[in-house]
Amino acid sequence: MTHAPRRYNFGYLDEGTKRMVRRALLKAVAIPGYQVPFGSREMPIPYGWGTGGMQITASLITPGDRLKVIDQGADDTTNAVNIRRFFAKVAGTATTEATAEATLIQTRHRIPETPLREGQTLVLQVPQPEPMRRLEPRETECRKIHAWGEYGLMHLRLYESVAQTGRITINHSYPVLVNGRYVMSPTPIPRFDNPKMEFSAALMLFGAGRERRIYALPPYTSVKSLDFEDHPFTPQQFPDPCALCGARGVYQDEILLDDTGAKMFVCSDSDFCARRRAEGQTGPAPQT
Amino acid sequence: MAYVPVKGGEAAILNALDLVAEERRGDPADPELTLAQIRTQQARAVDRVMAEGSLYDPDLAALALKQAQGDATEAAFLLRAYRTTLEQFARARPLETDRMAIRRRISACYKDLPGGQVLGPSVDYSHRMLDFDLAGEGAPTAPRAEAPVAAQMPRVPDLVGNEGFMEPSEPPAGDPAPGDLTRDPLAFPAPRDIRLQNLARADEGFLLGLAYSTQRGFGSNHPYAGEIRMGEVPVEVVPEELGFAIEIGEVTLTESQMITSVKGASGENPKFTRGYGLAFGHCERKAMSMALVDRALRADEFAEEPRYPAQDAEFVLYHSDNVESSGFVQHLKLPHYVDFQAELRMLREMRAARRATEQEAAE
Repeated sequence: MTHAPRRYNFGYLDEGTKRMVRRALLKAVAIPGYQVPFGSREMPIPYGWGTGGMQITASLITPGDRLKVIDQGADDTTNAVNIRRFFAKVAGTATTEATAEATLIQTRHRIPETPLREGQTLVLQVPQPEPMRRLEPRETECRKIHAWGEYGLMHLRLYESVAQTGRITINHSYPVLVNGRYVMSPTPIPRFDNPKMEFSAALMLFGAGRERRIYALPPYTSVKSLDFEDHPFTPQQFPDPCALCGARGVYQDEILLDDTGAKMFVCSDSDFCARRRAEGQTGPAPQT
Repeated sequence: MAYVPVKGGEAAILNALDLVAEERRGDPADPELTLAQIRTQQARAVDRVMAEGSLYDPDLAALALKQAQGDATEAAFLLRAYRTTLEQFARARPLETDRMAIRRRISACYKDLPGGQVLGPSVDYSHRMLDFDLAGEGAPTAPRAEAPVAAQMPRVPDLVGNEGFMEPSEPPAGDPAPGDLTRDPLAFPAPRDIRLQNLARADEGFLLGLAYSTQRGFGSNHPYAGEIRMGEVPVEVVPEELGFAIEIGEVTLTESQMITSVKGASGENPKFTRGYGLAFGHCERKAMSMALVDRALRADEFAEEPRYPAQDAEFVLYHSDNVESSGFVQHLKLPHYVDFQAELRMLREMRAARRATEQEAAE
């Protein structure tokens, strides 16, 4: 074996690859909601585990950034820990759990509860960028659907859902119309988070590594969740406040406490919840 | 009711990795596997990892196999993730497989042919009975031929082609540089160079199943194994500063050329058609499967109505890569409790709505 130990480039990807990703990002920002094909590289974590988001983060990150990584809204879930560990290793970047302090936030399945501000960038990991895929398995056909803006199939799906169950039964990856032009999948965030995309002050970037697509929502872009006049879009609602911090109007995790049905509902956003508890807010559940 | 949110993911991850390292080593009383042992004594596994890992480096493939505890798909992933960090410093000239230093070459189309049938190291005609002697140690040797095999052996489809019975195998007009899936995303319709690159990296099991489907009933190209050859082929590059070709090494390859169903447009002489397979190392199962699937994917070229899965380029090419499919299937292990909660919430709401309706009806 003559392979000397190698040093990886800052942010892991080589500069040529970063430039390629940034060019795709620029195009994506210029055409909100449009899926830009890009030369996705193999990353040292498996496809489907955030390789697209990681390539965007790796292409944007600078030594001055403060990176936050969440999965399911929490900073301490294993996959979030692993991705944060990766960037600490290959970029030496400062990391944070505080949404307000982060300049770059990589996320899977949630948008933080703390409203994002101008200058922040949210990078979403995307398993399936194509909102039409479940209705049309062929990529060649889906490209035509977007090119022609022929989204009847999606409206039919929503209509059938209403006709069969009396409601739109899409709970996550709820399709949105971006800037009045492209139907876009917001990735598997719960539809609770859809309103956070509407005219967001922060830049939102979506990376699908395995499917080799990048798309974007520039700040202050119109993002309309698809619905009908008589069946308007509604986000999920949780009847009880967070058992730990008492927050209402937030997305909640259901925690099973025993095998007899005892459970409690707590904030899915671990930073938001911890911050409120630090401020002295409490919920109905006693804490230790 | 006391509840503390879960913390400590990082410690758990590090502990899990330590546990893997301990299990990988096995009983410290046993000698540790060397990379040389893996490279030479588990060579077919090394070949598979190089083919699917898309990198010809037997040492690194052996290391990947050791690291992956013999899991070939995981080892291929390790090799791919390493490969993607390497600089692309040159493009090799097209490999000339007719210059292959042949170790094995067979054809099912002729009893004898120029260069002869060379069985080489093949288990094809072995009896698949467990050899209990192998549980011990030994140093077996094989007899050597009195004379070397022919330095150049014509490829059988070319011999058939000399009589005009074979569709020609010419580079496309202008001989453009082939595409590179590792740099540019797959797009459709995918040209044959891209399809072949995809198949060469594809999961052997996936290709094998597809190839079998074309033989068994979900396809209709009756194939003949025109030729299968295995051996070493020199790799040449032309450095810009030199302007002439230099040999930078050699790779072991298995090449499979299938001679398939007769086609001829009206006004043309009918000819046999081809399917092509090529894989790093000694991988006949892979190379033959690839050739059958390549031929199936050429349906458009021969105006065949695509009716079977193996003829569907989107289906085949999007699902053939085991690094992609393994990652995505296994991503289901990641936490999904936000979306699961969303589904639960809907079920609860639907139940509540139904209870309310029933109550109304009862009143």
